Amino acid sequence: MTDVYLNGGLIGTVDDAAKFAESVISGRREGKVTSLLNVYHNKKEDTIRLWTERDRVRRPLIVVRDGKPVLTDEHMAKLKSGELKWSDLVKLGVVEYLDAAEEENAYVAMTPNQIKKNHTHLEIDPIAVFGICTSMVPYANFDPSSKLNRGQKTQKQAMGCYALNFWNRMDTAINLLHYPQVPLVKSFTQQIYGDALSSGQNVVIAVIGFDGYNINDALIVNRSSIDRGLWRSTYYRPYVTEKLRYPGGQIDDICIPQKDVQGYTLEKDYRFLGEDGVIAPEVEVGGGDVLIGKTSPPRFLGKLEAFSAAANIRKDTSVRVRYGEHGIVNKVIVTESEDGQVLIKVDVREYRKPEIGDKFSSRHGQKGVIGRIVPPEDMMFSASGIVPDIVFSPNGLPKRMTVGHIIEALGGKVGALAGRSVDGTLFHSEGSDKLRQELLALGFRNDGTEVLYDGRTGRQYHAKIFVGNMYYMRLKHQVADKLQARARGPIALLTRQPTEGKAKEGGLRLGEMEKDCFVAHGSALLMKERFDSDKTIQWICEKCGAVGVFDSYRAKAYCLCGEKTKVEPVEMSYAFKLFLEELRAMHIRPKLMLKDKY
Amino acid sequence: MEKPNDSNNDSAWLELELPEKLLAELEKTAKERKLSESQKNKMLEELKKRYLASQVTPGEAVGIITAQSIGEPGTQMTMRTHHFVGVAELNVTLGLPRIIEVLDLRKEPKTPSMLIYLKSPHNQSREAADKISNRIRQVVLGELAKEISMNITDYSILLKFDREELSAHHVSLDGIFDILLKQLHGYAVEKQDGGIVIKQKEKEIKKLYKLKEKIKELPIAGIKEISHTLPINRGGEWLIQTFGSNLKSAMLVDEVDETRTTTNNIVEVAQILGIEAARQVIIDEITKVLEEQGMPVDPRHVMLIADIMSQNGELRSITRHGITSQKSSVLARASFEIPLKHLINASVVGEVDQLRSVVENIMINQAVPVGTGLPGLVVKMKETETKRKGKHDS
Repeated sequence: MTDVYLNGGLIGTVDDAAKFAESVISGRREGKVTSLLNVYHNKKEDTIRLWTERDRVRRPLIVVRDGKPVLTDEHMAKLKSGELKWSDLVKLGVVEYLDAAEEENAYVAMTPNQIKKNHTHLEIDPIAVFGICTSMVPYANFDPSSKLNRGQKTQKQAMGCYALNFWNRMDTAINLLHYPQVPLVKSFTQQIYGDALSSGQNVVIAVIGFDGYNINDALIVNRSSIDRGLWRSTYYRPYVTEKLRYPGGQIDDICIPQKDVQGYTLEKDYRFLGEDGVIAPEVEVGGGDVLIGKTSPPRFLGKLEAFSAAANIRKDTSVRVRYGEHGIVNKVIVTESEDGQVLIKVDVREYRKPEIGDKFSSRHGQKGVIGRIVPPEDMMFSASGIVPDIVFSPNGLPKRMTVGHIIEALGGKVGALAGRSVDGTLFHSEGSDKLRQELLALGFRNDGTEVLYDGRTGRQYHAKIFVGNMYYMRLKHQVADKLQARARGPIALLTRQPTEGKAKEGGLRLGEMEKDCFVAHGSALLMKERFDSDKTIQWICEKCGAVGVFDSYRAKAYCLCGEKTKVEPVEMSYAFKLFLEELRAMHIRPKLMLKDKY
Repeated sequence: MEKPNDSNNDSAWLELELPEKLLAELEKTAKERKLSESQKNKMLEELKKRYLASQVTPGEAVGIITAQSIGEPGTQMTMRTHHFVGVAELNVTLGLPRIIEVLDLRKEPKTPSMLIYLKSPHNQSREAADKISNRIRQVVLGELAKEISMNITDYSILLKFDREELSAHHVSLDGIFDILLKQLHGYAVEKQDGGIVIKQKEKEIKKLYKLKEKIKELPIAGIKEISHTLPINRGGEWLIQTFGSNLKSAMLVDEVDETRTTTNNIVEVAQILGIEAARQVIIDEITKVLEEQGMPVDPRHVMLIADIMSQNGELRSITRHGITSQKSSVLARASFEIPLKHLINASVVGEVDQLRSVVENIMINQAVPVGTGLPGLVVKMKETETKRKGKHDS
């Protein structure tokens, strides 16, 4: 007796579990039961679990019967001629979809010649083991799996052409790569994905150290490559606002705000606004500049306040360019929202060249940031006059064991020299032996190394340097978005400490662990200075130990416990003063006992 | 440092007393190299100089440096915790979990384990060690019995034994019978042709079943708590690694060398061997983990932790119940876990915070009494009446 569960609920029992499971499967293959049904015979628990639920992940496999795949050459020929379709194969029981549960019962062969008697299924292609992004890594079967994870991740972060209709779209914070290229070494999946939407460029690489500027995965980039347009990109950010209606007949106003409006900043911030209160296209703007002038009615009007003079002061709710960003107004759209309100969108574009600190990656998880941009005359060159576009350090290779990275460079070199595309599909790729022979035939050393000369001295390097062509992607992490520093700036109202985060022009926090380092070094006074950001002087009563009051009208400090007690100025952090007040709020009365310091 | 002057006897550093171990070593080297008296004295001076120079500077924040020195490799350890060390089936917790266990002073370690050293003739061969190892290991009735069967008709349990199995564990049928008599009250225990029959008076099958399960777990021979033993060869001698710890009973076994036998249960060591031994076990256990992970930490850091944990004569954990609860400053205690409790208690008693240590001074943003913040300026005031006299009490 074996329990049978349908989608997790018990529906009955069967006597012969194995036979039952088999009959369900054969019924599905013959088309008697829906092909969406999966059956899992859990021998350990002695249960049968049937699954028909939606949203299961399933994948197709070729059925193997008696040690032979059901898919025959006949099927293939019919597929080619168009007589059969994929869905027909499923109907015929040649291909079936397995879910995670039924896979437990399946014994899947990778390739047809691996099939033994007890195999139940055959992989359509070994590439199906991987996802879309992972299978786009060329020579992926030569890389450790952990590096494939990363290589797959960096591809998602790469700039490229994300949609062909990008010109008509207004997506938030988008990077577009100028002149994306089709990789020289590409996998089968890349072809399906489409060459139009590729996301990187083919560059000449050399593997050598360069004065330590490419230490720890940093990249050296040839300036002349950048000057010729390598990896240039445009950054788009749309700003949106809506002319809202409020209860009571109040309404937002799109206009050039008057100076008496609450929150009005400098006049120059509004200088680009047209008469309608909206900026015009192709205007160069910087952080803080107003794109759409807007005023809103005051909020939270009480009954009494409605009659006071302050009631009519409107607030400035203009849309401004984010702090630290700048660019050119790309497009202005004035339209109507779903609710029938006026909707205004302003798209700002910024043209970006690669700069020091921008992040790049190959497809093997070998990512790095630009460490230095070197003038072309200082770059190394080969006898044939080839100057590499980027130089990365050999130290990143052995410990990460990304052999595929090296083979891709080799394949790229062959592809560039022979003027063809190299197939790097994992498990079916062109072998490195073949590539080496071809490279030799093309007149290069078969291991990909070349004699290079130092650009600064003109001397030949003692070692032969590995030079190849690789597909490198520019990732969306750029310094322009992240660089920030401040000497002084806004502070938080409550704590009087500097604000946090780049958007608020915040400071860089000296945190708990950094504090520990100061203590460990014994630099007590330096630490005190660093924590002085919220320094305050409080008047402390000598008698009762409470914080006193400073009467600036009489220029005199006193304590609330009696005007005659002595109060002394004490320097402390504002956060501590807050803490004392919080203690009082908890009905704990802290007293400060004063004592001469020395 | 100034060049020491031979004739100047009142230099403070020359008065310095060196540890006996160093002096003995000096004496030994002097003898070996046949040094003259004056050469020896020069060497002694140099030794004192170096000894002074190697001492930690006053005001050095040793605690923070220790915390950082152990904390930094600790962050890397979290990434590879699944490592175990030990032989085959004896897996001993190591890595970060073990360090946390030691610092928290867990009463029972996750994997209590002992290293039992043996006296001379017994540690020479595997056979000898095996013999003792078998005696030490706790044996339960379920392992010994060849058959435990319930008889439902007359509510009894029949136990059958294998003679060879019994002699291998140095137990006799009579011995088992005695133990059963002692342990089982209200049951009729009888011997019956090479086996034992236990009869239950109540006619309840459920109860009989429970009794059967209870009997299976009844300890017959060996030391309690020690569930596995394994003789291992270390440095040319055989010793026994155990799973489960019972230091007291193990030390009472005649063949065991009680001077070297240890356990990884710190609380147990403190109870049986005292605080000094417990301190050493803390050091050994932490060092073992760090070394196994390939992260050498200066032993002085580990020793500082062990010292703090044992300095009061009883063990204190590095938690809010242990050393943190004994800090004198209210603010320092409040800044570490459950601040409300400390603040409220302090207000009830009217505690005064002298603002003497690091955390409090950071809170009020004053120079911390560490490093450059430690020394103060002492000025000898003239004995004249000034207005501010009487205020210089610090």
